[in-house]
Amino acid sequence: MDTVFAIGTRKGLFLARSTDRLHWDLSGPHLAMNEVYAVGIDTRHSPPRLLVGASSSHFGPSVSTSDDLGESWQEPDTAPIAFPEDTGASLARVWQLAPGRVDTPGELYAGTEPSALFRSTDGGKSFELVRGLWDHPHREQWEPGGGGQAIHTVLPHPTDPRRIVVAMSTGGVYRTEDGGETWQPSNIGIAAHFMPDNQYPEYGQCVHKVAWHPDAPDLFFAQNHHGVYRSEDGGRNWQSIADGLPTDFGFAMVAHPRRPGVIYTFPIEADARRFPPDLRARVYRSEDAGRTWTGFDKGLPTAPFYSAVMRDAMCCDNADPAGVYFGTRSGEVYASADEGETWQQVAAHLPDVLSVRAAVVA
Amino acid sequence: MTVTLLVPSVLRVDSGGVGRLDVELGAQSSLGDLFDAVAQTHPRLERRIRDEQRRIRRYVNVYVDGEESRSLDGGATRLRDGAEVHVIPSVAGG
Repeated sequence: MDTVFAIGTRKGLFLARSTDRLHWDLSGPHLAMNEVYAVGIDTRHSPPRLLVGASSSHFGPSVSTSDDLGESWQEPDTAPIAFPEDTGASLARVWQLAPGRVDTPGELYAGTEPSALFRSTDGGKSFELVRGLWDHPHREQWEPGGGGQAIHTVLPHPTDPRRIVVAMSTGGVYRTEDGGETWQPSNIGIAAHFMPDNQYPEYGQCVHKVAWHPDAPDLFFAQNHHGVYRSEDGGRNWQSIADGLPTDFGFAMVAHPRRPGVIYTFPIEADARRFPPDLRARVYRSEDAGRTWTGFDKGLPTAPFYSAVMRDAMCCDNADPAGVYFGTRSGEVYASADEGETWQQVAAHLPDVLSVRAAVVA
Repeated sequence: MTVTLLVPSVLRVDSGGVGRLDVELGAQSSLGDLFDAVAQTHPRLERRIRDEQRRIRRYVNVYVDGEESRSLDGGATRLRDGAEVHVIPSVAGG
């Protein structure tokens, strides 16, 4: 089983390949000196198409693709993602590249900074601004989180083109049920502890990551800026699932590729103390939709461990048993071939890891 | 009139490998007109230098006959026949 593992870092993309998910060959940096906030592996193509949202601190952002697993890269002459002139806005970064419906291989979504959603129908060569979200009356009140004001999560419904869920920090979760024409805030039950008065506002929550399983498209999970939540009704209402975790702070939230209700996160002590709890590197897994949690650290660094895992620096592959992966701000990368129970180091001493994705090639 | 754009080595992958581009412009053309013309012939090079709102990127410096364009009239800076426009990445990053 040939697996590709894409590792987006502050200074380029690294690619790891493995036939057993225990031993990895690393290549890179591809697109060197570009921040790679977004990677995607589009398994609707064979071989899978690699998608990279790369941004140069000097020369700006762009989207590159590879149809030969990183042997060569393609970038359109004209900017794939650009704000229309009338918006007055300029693309700062691409934070998310999300393949669309399985039966529509050209459909692709991008979440960007500043907060906007773009849709491609040609596999990522060009994108169009989704005006319904850009023109939302709440947009003026969305604030940048510590990392910038960006749509960092895009979850297109696997079969229904009318339904998309997006999330941002700080703004919260929004959903459309009419293909992007209108958007509703979807934050009932999610707390905003940093608000002085109403800590359950309609919007403005600092949601760090939202995950779901395509086979259960009404079941969502969110890691918040303090708070971990589940929604069983498509994001309309949320309940806390933080009991059983050592802390309710963190950035990552990952759903298992096939088993709805199996999720992973990497807890961090607190907003004001961004180290793992007890300075121990541990991945937490729930197999019952967040009712109970188990921490796993076999193969991970021993304490004290001071690093952290960012919102898109954790993922699953699509194999059986599922592989789980994460990268740290200190440039260490780990993989598990047994659904998160034991871990092997894939790489170390990389630039800080911003985004990861993995998939079976063949 | 003809204006010469001097391209830094890091951007020559987007200029066809050359460090000098001689660009034909109408009389009274501006720096913005130069980049509009470059966008027609070398669109990737132009978008490395300017964003989609035609603003020169923050960490790219553009010198017109030795004067940094932000201290002139920015994109409205008038160019003379034979002018040299030098693109230099700023010293930034870590």
